Amino acid sequence: MRTIRFLLAKEFRQIFRNKAILAMILVVPVMQLVVLPLAANYEVKNINISVVDNDHSTYSAKLIFKVTSSGYFRMTEAKNTFNDAFKLIETDKADLVLEIPHGFEQRLIREDEQKLFIAVNAINGTKANLGGAYLNNIIRNFNADLRLQMIVPGKLNPMPVVEIAPTNWYNPLLDYHVFMVPGILAVLLTMIGSYLTALNIVKEKEVGTIEQINVTPIKKHHFILGKLIPFLVLSLVVFTLGLIVAWAVYGIVPAGSIGLMYGFILIYLLAVLGLGLLISTYCDTQQQAMFIAFFFLMIFIMMGGLFTPIESMPGWAKSLTALNPVSYMIDVMRMIVLKGSGFNNIKHQLMKVFLFAVVFNSWAIWNYKKTT
Amino acid sequence: MKETVIKTDKLTKRFGDFVATNEISLEVYKGEIFGFLGANGAGKTTAMRMLCGLSIPSSGQATIAGFDVYKQTEHIKKHIGYMSQKFSLYEDLTVLENIRFFGGIYGLSNADIKTKSEALLNELGLQDEAKTLVGSLPLGWKQKLSFSVAILHDPKIVFLDEPTGGVDPVTRRQFWDLIYNAADRGITIFVTTHYMDEAEYCNRISIMVDGRIQALDSPANLKKQFNASSMDEVFFELARGAKRGE
Repeated sequence: MRTIRFLLAKEFRQIFRNKAILAMILVVPVMQLVVLPLAANYEVKNINISVVDNDHSTYSAKLIFKVTSSGYFRMTEAKNTFNDAFKLIETDKADLVLEIPHGFEQRLIREDEQKLFIAVNAINGTKANLGGAYLNNIIRNFNADLRLQMIVPGKLNPMPVVEIAPTNWYNPLLDYHVFMVPGILAVLLTMIGSYLTALNIVKEKEVGTIEQINVTPIKKHHFILGKLIPFLVLSLVVFTLGLIVAWAVYGIVPAGSIGLMYGFILIYLLAVLGLGLLISTYCDTQQQAMFIAFFFLMIFIMMGGLFTPIESMPGWAKSLTALNPVSYMIDVMRMIVLKGSGFNNIKHQLMKVFLFAVVFNSWAIWNYKKTT
Repeated sequence: MKETVIKTDKLTKRFGDFVATNEISLEVYKGEIFGFLGANGAGKTTAMRMLCGLSIPSSGQATIAGFDVYKQTEHIKKHIGYMSQKFSLYEDLTVLENIRFFGGIYGLSNADIKTKSEALLNELGLQDEAKTLVGSLPLGWKQKLSFSVAILHDPKIVFLDEPTGGVDPVTRRQFWDLIYNAADRGITIFVTTHYMDEAEYCNRISIMVDGRIQALDSPANLKKQFNASSMDEVFFELARGAKRGE
């Protein structure tokens, strides 16, 4: 125990003397947490639309007004022919073209039927899909309004309407910040924790101080604990800062127990830091450690369910996420923060993450060789 | 009867096909200053790392302070000090913090650490630099500090790998004073060097060429044996036959 105290004193002194590390630990996460959720937003706005109005009637004007007033679309140039408008798509000035055919109003009233034409630039798939869907929705609304006006009083409504009234549980306003902030915090914590530990032991190898340690009778697990604990403490500080930012900037207050959250985070951090230490024991230079950590983190984060739901991944990818600690973390963060899940709900994730912690750390201790 | 603290028998280290250290056999006695000489690449550092328990030999036997280099490396580490070729104290810790840290992990009591660090600072004349970051000290001071930290826990043997490389002549003299003081306290010194004047300071020396020990005796006897007037000549005579090296 006494040895660990000396190791901790040394490690903390070194950390507090390294301004770059302090900045990385304190400033960077706060900044990212303020900036990223505002930018990383699934909600598609500012879809550029070009309208080709061949009709120039009251109805076509009404429709165009409805589209532009929805807030999702931004009118680019209006063109006279579809071909002209399509050029806007080709030059990436427009994402959508809505073509209103000649005689739109007339036929709509007389024949009770009309066709509109929408062309979508599908290079940005999300934007195109959502844009197309929004536009469809607006046109359907427009259509319903028209029908309502045309119903002759006294007659029965010729078409019964089924209306759906959805309620969004856990995030009633569908606020993306509420969804993204816990996830981004989880990712930040993962990155900071594993990078710092991955680089730390390797740095001692590069500088040569590890040799001086290896020639002492220090126990391997003491050495590893001496590296683990300081970064565990720092990561918890980062997490606390993150919670404060989430509350102060986005007004997110965890629905579930904060104690439970810290309990889970503690175990999770042991796993992530253990991974960093493990990488560190295999590398000889900080550059190698950087690249290997980057490789794993990239996969873990992209496949962790932050940006794309795991449920919609192909089967093989879904089974791979079972080996991805980040996916459990993002999951649990969202469960506790948004849903207020209790211990029994996260038991499964907790067990898995605990297993990662045990495996990574034992592996790191085993692979750290004082004698080669 | 002299007490043997280092005993090796045909100690060998291979890296693939390359035999870095080839069947070296030697004995070092308590309180002795043993010079371990050889050209660059002769296998000195490899041999020394095996003796320190940092590297497991490929074959041969060795005991350090009575402990086996295969099975009891951690016991060996309690009883030796080591100063590597590369400066390896923490540059971002102060002089005093380094002393405390290494004292602590060798298991010295707080009282011991306190008295020993004061004595050490006095001996080196570093009282005013106790709170200076080690990284900002001049090389000579760093080396002296590094040596003092290596013997802080009163080891039986201290291994020094080119401790005076790149250090000015005055500081080298002071460094050797420290070595003599340690030897007087009964600490066995095992030192590698490229300076032949330093070889003369040793009780006995061995000269390695291409992984083998080609000569082992006191400097005076070696000069007699090779009919040379200085250690320089002895070394040159032996080392010019080397196939590897620079």
